[in-house]
Amino acid sequence: MTIKQISVFLENKPGALRKMIDTLADKNINLRSLTLVESQDFGLARIITDDPYNTSTVLREEGYVTSIVPVFAVEMPDEPGGLTSVLGVLSDNDININYLYAFTGSKKNAAYVVLRIEEIEKAKSVFISNGIKPLCSEELL
Amino acid sequence: MANYFDPAIETASREFIREMQNKKLVEQVRRVYENVPFYKEKFDEAGISPDDIKSIDDIGKLPFTTKDDLRDQYPFGLLGCPLHDCVRIQSTSGTTGRRVVAFYTQEDIDLWDTSCARALVAAGATAEDVVQVSYGFGLFTGGAGLNGGSHKLGSLTLPMSSGNTDRQIQFMTDLGSTVLCCTPSYAEYLAESIYERGVRDQIKLKAGIFGAEAWTEEMRKDIEQKLGIKAYDIYGLTEISGPGVAFECCEQTGMHVNEDHFLVEVIDPKTGEILPDGERGELVFTCIDKTAFPLIRYRTRDLCILSRKQCSCGRTFVKMSKPLGRTDDMLIVKGVNVFPSQIETVLMNKGYPANYQIIVTRENNSDKLELLVEMTPEMFSDDINSLNRREKELIEALKAMLGIMCKVRLVQPNTIERSEGKAKRIIDKRDLYKA
Repeated sequence: MTIKQISVFLENKPGALRKMIDTLADKNINLRSLTLVESQDFGLARIITDDPYNTSTVLREEGYVTSIVPVFAVEMPDEPGGLTSVLGVLSDNDININYLYAFTGSKKNAAYVVLRIEEIEKAKSVFISNGIKPLCSEELL
Repeated sequence: MANYFDPAIETASREFIREMQNKKLVEQVRRVYENVPFYKEKFDEAGISPDDIKSIDDIGKLPFTTKDDLRDQYPFGLLGCPLHDCVRIQSTSGTTGRRVVAFYTQEDIDLWDTSCARALVAAGATAEDVVQVSYGFGLFTGGAGLNGGSHKLGSLTLPMSSGNTDRQIQFMTDLGSTVLCCTPSYAEYLAESIYERGVRDQIKLKAGIFGAEAWTEEMRKDIEQKLGIKAYDIYGLTEISGPGVAFECCEQTGMHVNEDHFLVEVIDPKTGEILPDGERGELVFTCIDKTAFPLIRYRTRDLCILSRKQCSCGRTFVKMSKPLGRTDDMLIVKGVNVFPSQIETVLMNKGYPANYQIIVTRENNSDKLELLVEMTPEMFSDDINSLNRREKELIEALKAMLGIMCKVRLVQPNTIERSEGKAKRIIDKRDLYKA
């Protein structure tokens, strides 16, 4: 029910991201999603790929520090207010979101939101009881 | 024209100085043997009795005192008199978490003040002068030493301490400071600030005494030209007393050691052998008349050359060169002693690997300390807040240990430069020891 997202430590300097992307490209790894968070002198790249364990191994072998984190990916209608139902269910049940990012894929009229929630078990049951089915990584197109 | 604070001593014949040193050393060795168990044990171990020390020619028979001894004997192990006879402490950083605490009796303070008064007079100061002391006050010896020296001389003393540049310049112009005492980098900074504010024509400075960190001849010329003064070097260390152990005269070619209080040697840092004048080696001091903290043959880890060539100023005290380097990896940043081992201690306490690099730079005449730490899987998490919090905790712990701000930069694993498998721990970009 959750997806494995990989967080990668990056130095905040020109070329740091490109080097990581080149490393993945060399191993023919395609990114489903990529977001960057920056702090004062370092950054975090959060990525989702088809095979998180392979990706993480590739990165570690190249000297990167990584961390695998379970996140929820939810499909929603690609229209105004599409995110409302997901957020509503969580807020109604007093569940906090650490961070989220959203994107569209190749599927028509569909968008995706990736949510990092600490209370995983609680979120799971709330999603199920409200008819929301978080995706597995194969379903994330 | 040369001026002296203690003409009879500062220009005494070498025979006179030698006789005085002989007498003081013999007494001091007996006193520490009787009053400091650490020295009794050390002398006994070396098979030396106070009777074996008849003159300064016997100094080589005495064992050395090292920075590690100070750490092991912290806080009271080297006290040479009852604690109730002491009136003050000063302190400096040790090689790890433990600081060096030096004790002073009133007599010890007096001789330290006298040493600083001699430095001030050698720089041209008189009782008519206004002495602005912009060294830090507190545990650091800089402020206290020059403050005491200026009092002794009878000059009007401005105990400014460091920082607050606007106020420094305001007092300098309003009160007409004629002598400035601070670190050379702060002098550079003040000089530039004075220019920026366009008040160069309102300052009355004629001389400056700048110490507590290494500086080059280029810096001297630059400060002298910018402030229109003569800039003099001064040497000292908390373990021996503080600034004023040695001071520069009008010749500006080395610092006269106050030999009536401090016996100086230069040794081969590897063998411990005493080297002849003119040879570069480790500077070693013996306090021959201090009571509370009477260090015998203290190894400073500063590399120096001694010269007994006749000085045109008329002083007969031996001259030491500017420190030409260190036998250890100590850095002086903003006048504060920084040991890589202190940084290692903090990293270990905070759960970081000791894989780090220290970069020291000087920007706008102010020293900057930056610590590069390699990120590890154990330290890493997806939570940016906790990463930031840990980084902040590390910065605060470093501040507490070092006494100065140190910037932290987390870097990717295996990116810290290694030579022959060994990481290069210190990169000092200031280039302070060039001849």
